[in-house]
Amino acid sequence: MSGATLRHIRHVVATNPVTLAAVLLFAAILLAALLGARLAPLDPLQTDVARALRPPSAVNWFGTDHLGRDVFSRTLVATRLDLLIAVSAVSLSFVAGCAVGALTGYFGGLADRVVGRLVDVLMAFPLFVLAMAMVAALGNTVANIIYATAIINLPFYIRFARAEVNLRRAAGYVLSARLAGASDGRILARVLVPNIMPVMVVQMSLNMGWAILNAAGLSFIGMGVKPPTPEWGIMVAQGASHVTSGHWWVALFPGLALVVTVFAFNLLGDGLRDIVDPRRRT
Amino acid sequence: MGRVSLRFVLGRVLAALPVLAGVVVLTFVLMRLLPADPAAFYATGPAMGPAEVEALRRQLGLDRTVAEQLLIYLRDLGTGNLGRSMVTGQPVTEDLALRLPASVELTIAGFLLALLVALPLGILAATRPDSAIDHLTRVIATTGVSMPTFVTGLVLIFVFYFLLGWAPDPTSRYDLFLPQSPRLTGFLTLDTLVDGNWEQFGAVAARLVLPAATMALFAIAPLARMTRASMLAALQGDFVRTARALGLSPAKVLLTYALRNALIPVVTMMGMVLSYMLGANVLVEKVFAWPGIGSYALDALVASDYAPVQGFVLVVAAIFVVLNLVVDLVYAAVDPRVGLG
Amino acid sequence: MTAAAPLLRVRDLTLEFVTRGGTVRALDAVGLAVAEGETVGVVGESGSGKSVMALAVMGLLDRAGRITAGGVEYRGRRIEALPERELRRLRGPEIAMVFQNPRTALNPIRPVGRQLVDVIRAHRALGRRAAEAEAVAMLRAVRITDPEARMGAYPFELSGGMCQRVMIALALACAPRLVIADEPTTGLDVTTQAVIMDLVAGLAAERAMAALFITHDLALAAEHCHRIVVMHAGQVVETATPGRLFAAPAHPYTRQLARSTPGEATTVATLETVPGNLPDLTDPCLPACRYAARCPLVAPRCLTERPPRTEPWPGHAVFCWNPA
Repeated sequence: MSGATLRHIRHVVATNPVTLAAVLLFAAILLAALLGARLAPLDPLQTDVARALRPPSAVNWFGTDHLGRDVFSRTLVATRLDLLIAVSAVSLSFVAGCAVGALTGYFGGLADRVVGRLVDVLMAFPLFVLAMAMVAALGNTVANIIYATAIINLPFYIRFARAEVNLRRAAGYVLSARLAGASDGRILARVLVPNIMPVMVVQMSLNMGWAILNAAGLSFIGMGVKPPTPEWGIMVAQGASHVTSGHWWVALFPGLALVVTVFAFNLLGDGLRDIVDPRRRT
Repeated sequence: MGRVSLRFVLGRVLAALPVLAGVVVLTFVLMRLLPADPAAFYATGPAMGPAEVEALRRQLGLDRTVAEQLLIYLRDLGTGNLGRSMVTGQPVTEDLALRLPASVELTIAGFLLALLVALPLGILAATRPDSAIDHLTRVIATTGVSMPTFVTGLVLIFVFYFLLGWAPDPTSRYDLFLPQSPRLTGFLTLDTLVDGNWEQFGAVAARLVLPAATMALFAIAPLARMTRASMLAALQGDFVRTARALGLSPAKVLLTYALRNALIPVVTMMGMVLSYMLGANVLVEKVFAWPGIGSYALDALVASDYAPVQGFVLVVAAIFVVLNLVVDLVYAAVDPRVGLG
Repeated sequence: MTAAAPLLRVRDLTLEFVTRGGTVRALDAVGLAVAEGETVGVVGESGSGKSVMALAVMGLLDRAGRITAGGVEYRGRRIEALPERELRRLRGPEIAMVFQNPRTALNPIRPVGRQLVDVIRAHRALGRRAAEAEAVAMLRAVRITDPEARMGAYPFELSGGMCQRVMIALALACAPRLVIADEPTTGLDVTTQAVIMDLVAGLAAERAMAALFITHDLALAAEHCHRIVVMHAGQVVETATPGRLFAAPAHPYTRQLARSTPGEATTVATLETVPGNLPDLTDPCLPACRYAARCPLVAPRCLTERPPRTEPWPGHAVFCWNPA
């Protein structure tokens, strides 16, 4: 990273305090994911029916759920699982999407057309419904939530990487590498892929929030994560029936954690985009 | 503008066909991968022995090869036969037809609500960049995409039903104590209106507000963002400067010149948002116990009853393909530069 | 209105744009006048502030633009002091503008006939039918063949030259007293350029309109204008009739410009470009004469003192410490 880039980043962070706030929020969430289990004041799985559905208090900051478990501890501990699902899914689709998109965008031809058609078909499904069907088909496990989320994100990465590579394949630096005798593989790996990385990473961070929502949505409808494992989507689902009777804290605190996390990722993505490509700001 | 050529329409329809075929095959493959043997699932009753399970498997066609099953499946599709739900005991086609209007009514209401908020917000933000309304739009947009629909729905229920008591019971579509109107379209707002059943219409509309608002909250963000961006670009366009230099009224410049041009990319976004809402339906219907195809599919999914799930995925994907076709045609109708080929 | 008072007078117009990259001092004490029926050319390289001045005359500067001194008077009224509603009445029937890049200057998704009707009905109480008849007449006036059929055409269905004719028809639809043409032939092929210039000049003469031609092409301006104003980096450097300007250019910049004009150079070998680049207008320490850095005759006071106005000939003015 050059000095100019660092200066530019400092400039963006200085002129846009929201990005700074997003970075801090992100750090806090990361901390919760890493140390959540140690920081939790109470055992997230310990039930105590006598203390069921207590409102927030000094002992139970976020109140207790219908089995008397501490909502705060559960919400905190759940951070790791929710983040793990989203990060794994997005990483998978990022790597696979970059590879397929870069190859088809660079070589074109029949493979490009076939992949293009497949991507069209995949995108012809409402994505959440597709993920739902996939988890149902593959089996109701956390791993399959990750695969399903990765697959429904894949078309975007393929299209994006393909377009970016296609745009650059006739660029001066690619031609000069070719004139210098570089092979296609070398040009792709050493010139094109590093070149599209910044835009792809921005895409990834913007995509992360969406992946979290998607995974939480799946567990909300009862797929993947099984009780009593603390996970935000399933916690909201379990608390949902208590909202109409006024026990709002059971569902709304994990819901809030979800909103804050996605919000942080979205702001971070916007900030990163400003750093990488200021013109795309809308 | 009526200049869209027949050739363009035909071309678009033909281009949609392979995608539709892909959807059908993919749905089939997905559903056949289901690990749970539905025959075994239903054969858990005490009266069911291995022979009965085998009979059920034969009845379901599960003893044939995958290729044969696909052929049978395609033939059934051609005749509108999507199989039978084991939970309701009804043909899936009938079940879906019964429940589809509820989902469509909800989606359309949410979409219209979103447009009603997003378009003015985006236009105002674009005409006053960096003003308070511009910042408000940005905050609403970022918050909107960060809110899972199922959390939004619960917050709305908590605030408007439990705290304020403004909203009616969030788990019904109509007032059970009022006379029902005969089913014509399945859209309860329309049916009660046609019937002149004003009280029930009011009850139906009131029950539509919260779920529709939940759907809308998510859709406002991309629509407002897109409207703002493309309106901003249009306002900086040369032709808007020309219109102003020729002394056209501000309303004419803003609406006829800038907005009409700005709406072209927004139309594409509308298609994407509508199709997203079709998927989000599942979550909203679960939160509000809305009797649409989403909650139907969810119930079936939990019961490993795969014919309804398959039918649901197929119907939604088909609507989606048709929707994209409509967007293409609307796009061509709005933009004279497209659609003459 | 007395004969002596000009139709348009730009007086010491000083204007800046506040941008992220700094304050751009786009115009520095620019002055010029256009009499009724007169055709004036404004010549300069791109970035010399010609278009900005035209937009200031129309009252069309965007939010970032700010007039810090001087102003624009049209028939004795201060343009920058007029409320938007008054300005709107002026635009079209009094002052109209022909923009460069006719393809993008026209609304891409509205038939050209509708665009003409929009302008006509914005300023005249005409019914739709009458306005349409008027629009057809305007298309015929700019020599568009089969105008009735062209009314329904979209800009993308017309050639660049045809679009520019439509643009001219739009500008002249309300019979303005002054038409400003900003690089009206940029982007058109050479033969079309000549036809369009002849068309505008002919229509201006026919309708006794004053015209302000903005161009980077000195030869083109010389051919069609009564008087030429030479601008450089937001300053007026010289004003004269085309004849005087070519016979006895007094400012070093005009001399370079004349030498770089193909029409006047005898061979390609004598064709020169103006050496150096325009100064950076965001620089807070611009020299008093903004040509100083490029000028072969630069003297110390060119950097610190504003060059005086001298008249080597009646009606020929030059702003320079070392005029020829």
